[in-house]
Formats: sequence, C-alpha cells, structure tokens
Amino acid sequence: MIEANNLGKNFEEFTAVHSLSLNVPPGELLALLGPNGAGKTTTVRMLGAILRPSSGEARINGYDVVREADKVRHDIGMLTEQPGLYLRMSGLEYLLFYGRLYGLSDEEIKQRGLEMFERFDMAGQADRRLGQYSKGMRQKVGLIRAMLHNPSVLLLDEPTSAMDPHSAKLVRDAIRALRNDRRTVILCTHNLAEAELLADTIAIIKKGTIVAQGSTAVLKQKLLGQPQLEVRVDRPLNGEIRELEKLVTIEAVEGNVIRYRTDDPNVTNPQLVRCLGGLGLGVISLQPISQSLEQVYLRVVAEKEEEPQL
Amino acid sequence: MTALTPSTHPNKRDFQMAMVVARREIRDSFRDWRIIIPIFLLTLIFPALMNFTASRLLNFVSDYGAEIVGNQLIPFLLLVVGFFPMSFSLIIALETFVGEKERKSMEPLLSTPLSNGQLYAGKMVAALVPPLSASYLGMLVYMVGLYFSVDWRPELQLVAQTLLLTTVQGIIMVAGAVVVSSQATSVRAANLLASFIIVPMAILIQAEAAALFWGNHDGLWWLLLGLAITAVVLMRMGLSLFNREELLGRDIDQIRLGWMVRQFWGYFSGKTQLGNGRYPNPITWYRQTKAIVPQLLPGMGALLLALVGAAVVGVVMAQWFPFPEDLKNQLSGQNMLTNLAGLEVYMSALPLFILGQNVRALLLQTILGIFTLGVLGVLVFMLPWGVISFIAMQFYMAGENPFQFLLGTIIPHAIFELPVLLLIGAAALRWQTVTFAPLPNRSLSEMFILRAAEFWRIFLGLGIPFLFLAALVEAYVTPQILQLVYGG
Repeated sequence: MIEANNLGKNFEEFTAVHSLSLNVPPGELLALLGPNGAGKTTTVRMLGAILRPSSGEARINGYDVVREADKVRHDIGMLTEQPGLYLRMSGLEYLLFYGRLYGLSDEEIKQRGLEMFERFDMAGQADRRLGQYSKGMRQKVGLIRAMLHNPSVLLLDEPTSAMDPHSAKLVRDAIRALRNDRRTVILCTHNLAEAELLADTIAIIKKGTIVAQGSTAVLKQKLLGQPQLEVRVDRPLNGEIRELEKLVTIEAVEGNVIRYRTDDPNVTNPQLVRCLGGLGLGVISLQPISQSLEQVYLRVVAEKEEEPQL
Repeated sequence: MTALTPSTHPNKRDFQMAMVVARREIRDSFRDWRIIIPIFLLTLIFPALMNFTASRLLNFVSDYGAEIVGNQLIPFLLLVVGFFPMSFSLIIALETFVGEKERKSMEPLLSTPLSNGQLYAGKMVAALVPPLSASYLGMLVYMVGLYFSVDWRPELQLVAQTLLLTTVQGIIMVAGAVVVSSQATSVRAANLLASFIIVPMAILIQAEAAALFWGNHDGLWWLLLGLAITAVVLMRMGLSLFNREELLGRDIDQIRLGWMVRQFWGYFSGKTQLGNGRYPNPITWYRQTKAIVPQLLPGMGALLLALVGAAVVGVVMAQWFPFPEDLKNQLSGQNMLTNLAGLEVYMSALPLFILGQNVRALLLQTILGIFTLGVLGVLVFMLPWGVISFIAMQFYMAGENPFQFLLGTIIPHAIFELPVLLLIGAAALRWQTVTFAPLPNRSLSEMFILRAAEFWRIFLGLGIPFLFLAALVEAYVTPQILQLVYGG
C-alpha cells in the first residue's frame, strides 16, 4: 500500500514536487504520467525513501518513508529510469550482488534469477557480461533486480523504454502478473497505451503536483465530457440540422456525417433515429467515437497553470 | 530474508553488508585494465627501477666518501615506492564514488536497504585494498632487492613509519575523494577538484622526504599523528556528506551567484527567518542575532579549551627557550612604564588602531579556517594566548610576578575582549566545519551560506561594537591600571 499526503520536495529554491497526495491500495497499479521534469522521478525517489520529503508525509505498507526508511527500502523494488548496471559483471553476478544486499541466500538468488531470465526470454544469457547485452535486455535485467526479493511494492520508472515490441509485451505481462499477485505498483511512463492497458488509476503530474487522478474512464468523462457519437446518413444534410439540435448537442457536420453529444444516449439515440427517418434521411450507421487517454493527457498538460485542479 | 534493525553503532551485519559492496567493487577494479596495468607496473617494475637507482647512487656517493647521503636517500625512495601505487587510491575512489553517480548505477544501490554508513565503508575498503596491497608489495620488492644487492637492512622503526604513513595517506586521499565526489556529478569535475587533495599531498611528501633525509623519526611520528587526526576528520566529514540526499539531490555543477547572494542576503538581513517577505526592524534583527548565541556555546567551549592548551604550550616553550640574560633584564615594570610613555603621542588614534588590528586578526583566522576546516583558524586564535603565557612565564623566570604583568597589561581589556573573541571565533568555527554536520533537508551550499550569514551577523552586530569597547578600554583604561600596578 502506498500513501502520500501533501508531499513536497524543494531543491534549494527550486520546487520539484508540492502538495502531492496519492493513495494506491494493495494490488492496484497507478500509472504516473507527466511531461519531462514534472516531478515523477522525484516523487518515486521520495516514495522509495531515497530522497527525504521537504514537506508532507508518505507511507509504504504503513512504514514512514523518513522515520522507517530502511524498512521501506526493504519492502520495495525499484526500477530506476536508467538501469545503471555494472557492465563488467555477468547477469548472474549482478543479481547475486543485489540479492545479498536484501539478505537472500545464493541458492534463492540463482533459482529466482534464472527463472526470471527464462520468463523474460533471456534463458542462457545469465553468464554473459552485462556490457554485451542490448539496451532492452539491460532494462529487463534492471526489472529482474527490482523483483528479485519479491517486494510487495514496486516503483517502476519507464520499464519498457528501449524495448522491442515483443520484449515490451513480456514485461507488460510480468507487470500484470504482479498486480494479479496483489502487489502494489506505481508505473511512471510516457507510453499512454501501456498506462491505459495496465493501470487501475491514472495520475497526471504537472509542475510537481497531481492535476488529474482517477480511472481512465472517469478521467475521460471528466475531461472530455460524454463520448461523442457519429451518425452517417444516406445524403448530405441541408436545413434539417435545426430539428436535430432540439435533441442533441451538435459538435460537427461534415457532408452526410453528424457528430454529436448527448447526456442520455439510451433515450436520445432512438429519438434521433426516428427524427432522421421523419426528415427523410436513412441512417447508414451510428457509433461512438473512441476517446483516447492521449486526448485526456494532452488536455491536462496543455491546460493553463491557473486552471483549477480536477 | 533477515529483518533489518536500525542501529547507530556498527554491528556484524553492517560489516557483512560493507564487505558485499567492497567485494563487488574490488572485483570490478581488478577487471579494469586501466587500473590493473599501472598498479602492476608500479608494484613490480618501479621498485626494481628504484632498487637499481639506489644501488647506483650508493656506489656513486661512496666514490666521494659521502655514503651517508646515499644511506639517507634509500628510506626516501622506499617512501616513494610505497606512495606511487597508493596514489591510485584517489583514482579508484573518484571512480567508485562519482563514477558510479555518473554512470547512473548509484540510484539502484541507494534504493536497497544498505545504510549510508555501510555503503561508505564498503566503498572506502574497495578504494583502499588494491592500491594498499600494491603499495606493500612494491615496498617489499624494493627492500628485498636492496637486501640482496647492497645488503641494506632497514630499521624496524623506519619500516613501521613508512607502512603507517602510506596507509594513512591512502585513507586521507580516499576520504578526501569522497568529499570531492559529493560535490561533483562527473568524473571530469571531480578530477579538477581533486587538485585540492593532490597539491597538499605533494607538499606532505616533500616534508616527509626532508624528515627522512635528516633522520628525524620523532618528527615523523608527530606528522603521522597529525595525519591520523586529519584522516579521522575527513572520514567523519565524508560520512556526513555521503548520504542519499546529497548524492541525488545535487544534479548540477554550476555556480549560481545570484542565488547565493539572494540566500545570503535573506539570512543576513533576517528576511528569510521572518518568513513574511519583509525586512525586520533593528530590534528584531538583534533579537534574531541573539538567538544564534546559545548555538555557539559548544564552539566557545572548544575555543576556551584551545586557549588553555595555548597557555600550557606557552609555558612549556618558555622553559625550553628562556630569554637571554640581557633581554631578561628588560622584563621589569619600569621598562614597561617607559615604553608606555612613548605611546602617548599616538593615544588619540590608538583605539582605532587596536580595533583594526583585532579585526584583521579575526578575518585572517576566519579565512584560513575556511580552507582548512577550522584547523588554521583555531591555531591563529591560539597564537596570541600562547605568546602571552610565554612572556608571562619569562617574567616569572626573570623573578618578576607574572600575575602582576597580566593584571597590568592584559586582564582589564581582556574582560571585554575575550568573550567577544570566543563568540566570533565560535561563529567562524561553525561556518568552517559546516561539512561535518549538514542538516537534513538542506544542501551543503545552503548550509554554508546560512553559517556565513550567521557569522557576519555576529561579527558586525555584536563583535564590532564590543571590540570597539575593548579597544577603548585597552587604549585608555589598561595603561592607567598598568601605572597603578607598577606604581608609575
């Protein structure tokens, strides 16, 4: 479980994070999105008890990140933005080193490490020097290191960056498995599709504070409003549009396509179809227009500073 | 998995964890040809070369009947043979501390349950073991070679001193490298800053060479003691700087003059402490300055101890170096009264002269202390007190009453001067030793500026007025008392 209340961090006169609050219950995955320099990494470092908050408080599994920092660090697995490997070591030596720091026996480390090497499609590579690994493989080794001691909380910063689609899918599957295994995860990513696919909750951070938070559906609803619908008719419209405006909010009309919004599609859509029929227009198709997380993100990030938080 | 228990004292687990870190680092160093090849050359080839040089030198000087010169140079070459591989500890330390930061492999390490102390100790050991081993081995090769070539048998004291000096120098370089690394984010920047370690080391080697050449072994033991203290101070400093906050909170290597000036002015003027964006009125400013004083009490206590130490040294030195008879005869009250009469012409300018002199001495003490972590500052503070006790003891040995001398020349104005000198000295000491105890949530640079501002508040707000008062007393009251005491 991850809790943060009014967390803030100043570096001399620069405020990296301020009044940041979030709550991730056990077994949930929160995706932390935001532009570069928004404060994602600083937030993760504070939650990982690496940096001391300047204000506010945070708890991991009930342990305070300042007063019980050693317990916090023991309970978390952290994948940093850059895996930061020791390139003269082999994959297995690297895991043995980190495993020992978490108090694991060499037997345990070898067993778990080799298991995960296999799971991430790197079987037989554990004895090769890390310097010979590709970028994606290095990222995967970083992830294996973070998962090696079976932590109940994972803080993952860009886990699939630099990976080919196949490797990225393997990692996503592993993250999904972690969540299914009741692990609590914070995932920092620029990959919005990945966030939408994996996250229970999305938090968008901008200039050091969370400006939008909720499930993907809730955020879309809040930020983009009701989904748009599109009806295609058998001929271009002339003056009939005024009749339609009595039923729905027209967003755009292009030839024989009408885009509109409605608060209650269950009631309005049949009325609209009947109305179009009455006007002598045949309905070819009627479908919702999909709204992406990207639209939500861009809207939040592009918002002016003074606009209220959501 | 074993549970972790936080502890302030090192325990077995701390040692185990430090060794896990050290083993990895040492293995990594031994896989780096840039480190291994020079160490190998300096361990085996260089001692052999020095051995050859020493044999030729001995033969050469013996042709002119100056064997003693050759014999005195052999120990110096032993020191050089030991120091060269040891100098690699600096390179390894910079690589292991700041190199890791630059390669971004530090952050994963900091996310583990390792404590700052465990990580620091592990890295210290890792930076010391390969060069120390090479250094000891090199010295052994050199000594064995000389034993077989010219039958040279070193004294046990010389071997012990060389081994200890080499070890302590290594510790100083590594501990210094940690301090340098904590202030740099790239190996390049750290290498530039490393000149702060290399230059004093080069001077030190020259001092050691001179001591060895003249066979001053007692001097070398004192030097060793001084170096050991320096090593402890640097390690303490490194330990306080080597923390997660300082390592990851510092991302830039640039000087931000504007920020520094704003910070200093904020703390100095009291605007920052007030916290409402306004400047305090003079009364509030003085209240804020007064609130700093209790924090200076430990420093004042330390300086008072230094003063007592200086007085003891002055007494001892007076016994070692008594004045010659003709000078001793001048140590009389009558002579002082005559000298005093000569000052009457300058009487009107005397207070300002005394004030200026004190201010100059205090500024010198402060500036020297900043560059030497307070050491030279404390020595400058001790100097006049040592001189006073030296002269008082000379009075005693000349059959005069030293307390009469102190009462007539020092005590009247020292009553006002000493507390303010202690106060200013303590504020300076806190500024100079800021690296020993940084505060959480504040960067080192911020702390340095804060302590500087506090020093200047004390110096200008309390120091100058009291020093002026003491100067007035010294110029106009002390001479009266001197006359009273000596019946002029």
